[in-house]
Amino acid sequence: MTQTLNEIPDFKTLSPRVDQVGVEERVARFNTRSIKKDSKMYALKLALSMVDLTTLEGMDSPGKVRQLCYKAMHPHEKLEDIPKVAAVCVYPSFVRLAKETLSGSGINVASVATAFPSGWAPMKAKLDEVRYCVDEGADEIDMVISRGEFLKGNYGYIYDEVAAVKEACGSAHLKVILETGELQTLDNVRRASDISMYAGADFIKTSTGKISPAATQPVTLVMLEAIRDFYYKTGKKIGMKPAGGIRDAKLAIRYLVMVKETLGIDWLDPDLFRFGASSLANDLLMQIVKQQTGAYQSLDYFSKD
Amino acid sequence: MADRLDIQKTYKMYVGGAFIRSESGHYYPLTGKGGKLTANICLATRKDFRDAVTKARGAQEKWAGRSAYNRGQILYRIAEMMEGRKDQFIAELVREGLTKKQAEKETLATIDRVVYFAGWTDKYTQLFSTVNPVQSSHFNFSLPEPMGVVVVMAPEKPSLLGLVSSILPAIVGGNTVIALASTGAPLSALTFSEILHSSDVPGGVINILTGKTEDLAEHFSTHMDVNAVVYAREDESMLHQIQENATGNLKRVYHVWYKDWYSDEVDNPYAIADLQETKTTWHPVGI
Repeated sequence: MTQTLNEIPDFKTLSPRVDQVGVEERVARFNTRSIKKDSKMYALKLALSMVDLTTLEGMDSPGKVRQLCYKAMHPHEKLEDIPKVAAVCVYPSFVRLAKETLSGSGINVASVATAFPSGWAPMKAKLDEVRYCVDEGADEIDMVISRGEFLKGNYGYIYDEVAAVKEACGSAHLKVILETGELQTLDNVRRASDISMYAGADFIKTSTGKISPAATQPVTLVMLEAIRDFYYKTGKKIGMKPAGGIRDAKLAIRYLVMVKETLGIDWLDPDLFRFGASSLANDLLMQIVKQQTGAYQSLDYFSKD
Repeated sequence: MADRLDIQKTYKMYVGGAFIRSESGHYYPLTGKGGKLTANICLATRKDFRDAVTKARGAQEKWAGRSAYNRGQILYRIAEMMEGRKDQFIAELVREGLTKKQAEKETLATIDRVVYFAGWTDKYTQLFSTVNPVQSSHFNFSLPEPMGVVVVMAPEKPSLLGLVSSILPAIVGGNTVIALASTGAPLSALTFSEILHSSDVPGGVINILTGKTEDLAEHFSTHMDVNAVVYAREDESMLHQIQENATGNLKRVYHVWYKDWYSDEVDNPYAIADLQETKTTWHPVGI
C-alpha cells in the first residue's frame, strides 16, 4: 500500500531498531563472495562509472579543478572501452569552472553546500549557498544535516532543513550527508536516513570525508536497508553514496555486492549509486589494466588527478 | 618431573612488520636428516608478493627520509640483536644440515657483515657523489638516490649469510626490500625476521617470503611497482627470463653471484651504488 508523502510521520517511532551484531554478520557474509574474471571486469568498470571524483581541500586551485575534470573525462590515456566517471564534486567557488570544463561531456557537477563540512551556519546562509551553487550550474547538491540538532533529538528541525534545501535546489539533485561518524549509533543512522528520505532527498550519503570513521560497510548496509524499506512503502527509488575511506577496488566491489544483494540490480546504476572518492578511480584503473595485462601495476604510471 | 612435550615453532613469513601465513594456506614440508619433518614452511603466492610490494612501497619514502646516521644505528642494532641470539641461528643451521662448526662460521660472518654495511650508511653518498665540470655558468653536481622497491632472490646456500649479504646493500641505500629466502634452508631467514622486528627496523622495510622460485619469479619480474631485482642465484636460464620480463617497466636486474660468500669481495660498497639512481642537478651561478 503506497503511503502519501503529504503526511509527516512521527520520526520518534518511525524507524525500526537496528541489530548491530546482525548487521556486522551480514556484512561479513557479503565479503566472502568471490568475484572473478568477467564479472570482476564488469564490476570494475561499473564502479568506475559510479565514481564522484572529489576535491574538497582548502588549497584547491582552478588548475587542480581543471585537471580533475580532464581526469573525469579521460580516466586513462590508453585504455579503450572504459566509462567516464559519474560526476565531479567541488566546493561552490569552483562550480562554474567545473561546469565549463565539463560542458558536453555528460558528466555532472556536484557541489557541497550548507556550510560543509560542519553545517554550522544560519539557515538563510545555507539556502543562499545552495541557490548560488544551482545558479552557477551545479547538477547535484551535497548538503550536510545539522548533527547538533539531530543529537538533541530535534528531528523536526532536520526534516524542515532538508525540505527547505530541497526546495532551494529546484531541478538539481539533492544528496543528504548524514556524517555517520558523528551519529554514534546505527539506530541514529537509520533514523537520519528515514528523515532525509521523507523530507525529499534524492540520495543519502554517509560522510563528508573530513572525519574518521567515514563510510563503513555496516553503516552503508543500514542505509541501504532504509532505502529498501522506503521503496516498499512509497515506490520511490532513493540513491546511495558511501563517501570517504573507499580507496581500493576490492572494497568497492564488496560495496557493489552489498547493493546488489540488498536492493537488487536496479541500483547498480550511477543514477542510484555513487562512490565519493578521490583515490579509488586510480586503483580501479590499475586493476582493469592488471586484468588485461596480467601484471600488477604501479601508481607511477597513472595520472594523479 | 614428567617428560615435556616438544613445543614446535611455527615459522611464518614477515611482511609489513607482521608475521603472516600465506593467504593461500599452502605450505611445503621441510625435512631434515632421515626425511624427518623439521617444519612446515609457507608457500608464498603472487598475492602475498603483491601485498608485500604494497607494504614495501608504503615504507620506502620514510625509510629513505631517515637520516643516514639513524639508518646506520638501526642496522648496527640488527647485529647487536643477532649476537645475543647467535646460538639459535647456529642450532637452526645445524637442523638444516650444516655441521656445528660450519653453522658457527656462517652466523658470525653474517653478524660481521651487518656491522660492515651498517658503517656505510653515512659514507657511501660522499663516495658516489660528484661535482661535475661544465662549460656554462652552472654548479653541477650528481648524487645517488634510492631506486625504490627492490626484490632480492637470495641464494640457496649459504642460506643466512647469502640472504643478509644480498639484502643489506639495498637497505643501506634507502631502498625497501622483498626477499625470497632459500627454499631448502629457510629457517634462519625467518628467525632473522624476528631480529628485524626487534631492532627498530620499521615494518615494510624488509619483507621476507618463503616459497618456490618458479612460482614467483614471473611476478617478481613483471610487477610494475618493483624498481630492481637482485638475482643472487646461479641458474642462468631463469635470469634470462627475469631480464626479459623486466623490460615491462625497465626495472634493473642485477646478477649477484659469489663463489665464496665469506670472501672480502662481498664487503663492497659498489653493491650499494648498484641500487642507486644518480640525480644530477644544474644550479645556475653568477647570474
